[in-house]
Amino acid sequence: MPSPAILVEALNKRYRNDAPAAVSDLSFSMPRGATWGLLGGNGAGKTTTIAMLLGLLVPTSGRVEALGRDMARDRFAALARMNFSSPYLALPSRLSVAENLRVYAHLYNVPRAEARIAELAEQLQLSDLLDRPAGQLSAGQKTRVALAKSLVNRPELLLLDEPTASLDPDTGDWVRSWLERYRAESGCSILLASHNMAEVERLCGHVLMLKQGRVVDQGSPAALLQRYGRDDLEEVFLDIARGRAREEAVAA
Amino acid sequence: MNGGAPRRVWGLVYRHLALYRRSWPRLLELMYWPVLQMLVWGFVTSYVGGNVGAAGGAAGAAGVAAGVLLGGVLLWEVSLRSQMGFSISFLEEVWSRNLGHIFVSPLRPRELVAGLACMSVVRVVVGVLPAVGLAWALYAFGLFSMGPVVVAFIAALLLMGWAVALGVVSLILRYGAGAEALAWSILMGLTPVAAVFYPVAVLPAWLQPVSLALPAAHVFEGMRAALLDGRVAWDHLAAAFALDAVWLAVMAWVFLRQFQAARVKGALLNIGE
Repeated sequence: MPSPAILVEALNKRYRNDAPAAVSDLSFSMPRGATWGLLGGNGAGKTTTIAMLLGLLVPTSGRVEALGRDMARDRFAALARMNFSSPYLALPSRLSVAENLRVYAHLYNVPRAEARIAELAEQLQLSDLLDRPAGQLSAGQKTRVALAKSLVNRPELLLLDEPTASLDPDTGDWVRSWLERYRAESGCSILLASHNMAEVERLCGHVLMLKQGRVVDQGSPAALLQRYGRDDLEEVFLDIARGRAREEAVAA
Repeated sequence: MNGGAPRRVWGLVYRHLALYRRSWPRLLELMYWPVLQMLVWGFVTSYVGGNVGAAGGAAGAAGVAAGVLLGGVLLWEVSLRSQMGFSISFLEEVWSRNLGHIFVSPLRPRELVAGLACMSVVRVVVGVLPAVGLAWALYAFGLFSMGPVVVAFIAALLLMGWAVALGVVSLILRYGAGAEALAWSILMGLTPVAAVFYPVAVLPAWLQPVSLALPAAHVFEGMRAALLDGRVAWDHLAAAFALDAVWLAVMAWVFLRQFQAARVKGALLNIGE
């Protein structure tokens, strides 16, 4: 049986000794090929969790394994098989789209890099943009380029931080459809953090609800809706964010 | 380094070469200061040399003095451009908000350092060669007339630039982009004790040990020995490389410590002001 895509055990992060924990006693095991969502309000610990999964941030205690590799001891072996996309990071704006993708094809040691770039450009409708500087693209085009960057190494594990933030509904829907299709075709495992409840409901088979650095509930979107007696995840999110207990929510 | 390391280093170098290909002001800036320095110091030495000649001094001695000054300017530019080339290439990643992408790629910290060092060499060649050519064309000063030893001088100064740059990058990791002003000023601040334009012996006795702890001071003592006496000062050359090794080892340790501290603090995702 293969190791889980992500294994997190008793993970804690405190940025300062006198500060509250940003992540507290977090444990989960995400199977290969699954799409999971991390949901929570601002400051709930989503970005901190993702940063620890990527090895960008050292946990105060606890353990992270990605694709069977311990991120404390062997993170570069895992990073070669993972990738990440976030609207809060940018690609060098003066470089063309093709140059940016070439840089990351080299950094990830991608074989037949030019063929891979052409393939991604076709799949993500970037062929006409390859020679354009990345800084001159629209938000939707930048999102597609960031996705192409995050797929350049055919990752087995993809971490997405708010993949459709600031996109119009049409482009957001296009990205979500594309991700659904990509996951089905590639078998890639995806962990996404999002504030878009409809997105999480549509893409994720399992959701971790975070509040103040702790998992306060988890399950499939359907199970969470049933548990809270709600029609959509946004209402579940509000129940959790405002501290309404499940029983209270169901009674209401 | 493992099998993919050269390609990852090339990826980083390619990123910066592509940037220069698309940004002529950056290319111009590389050459601007070395050429400006060479012009100012060239005319100063012409003026001083002319006055010495007019006052009945030996024209040969004035020429040698001019050579010592121009050689100092050109070689010191190697160290300055080496340090800036390294630090500014790192800052380019900060300015473009690309650092997070770099650090979640399989690029190891030592490969990042190797890539930045390669870019530093590129920037030295592009920045200093036009000034070397100008010194030869305008003032008949050939930097390479010192002989093959000049290659060793250049190498020792490049290494010193990298050591200082590792310190600057460590400060940026520690204090954020607010420390970026140091990338321009820190090595410039060492000029008085680097013995660029005068021997270490000119400095007050208490300051001489500080000067002799810098690889550059030994390089410039060696340069003066080559230009004034026509000999290779092997002792200074050896001291320069030994000090480079010590400074590089210390600064590499500081860099790795700060890199780890940034991973603990969570600074790698959001290095900013």
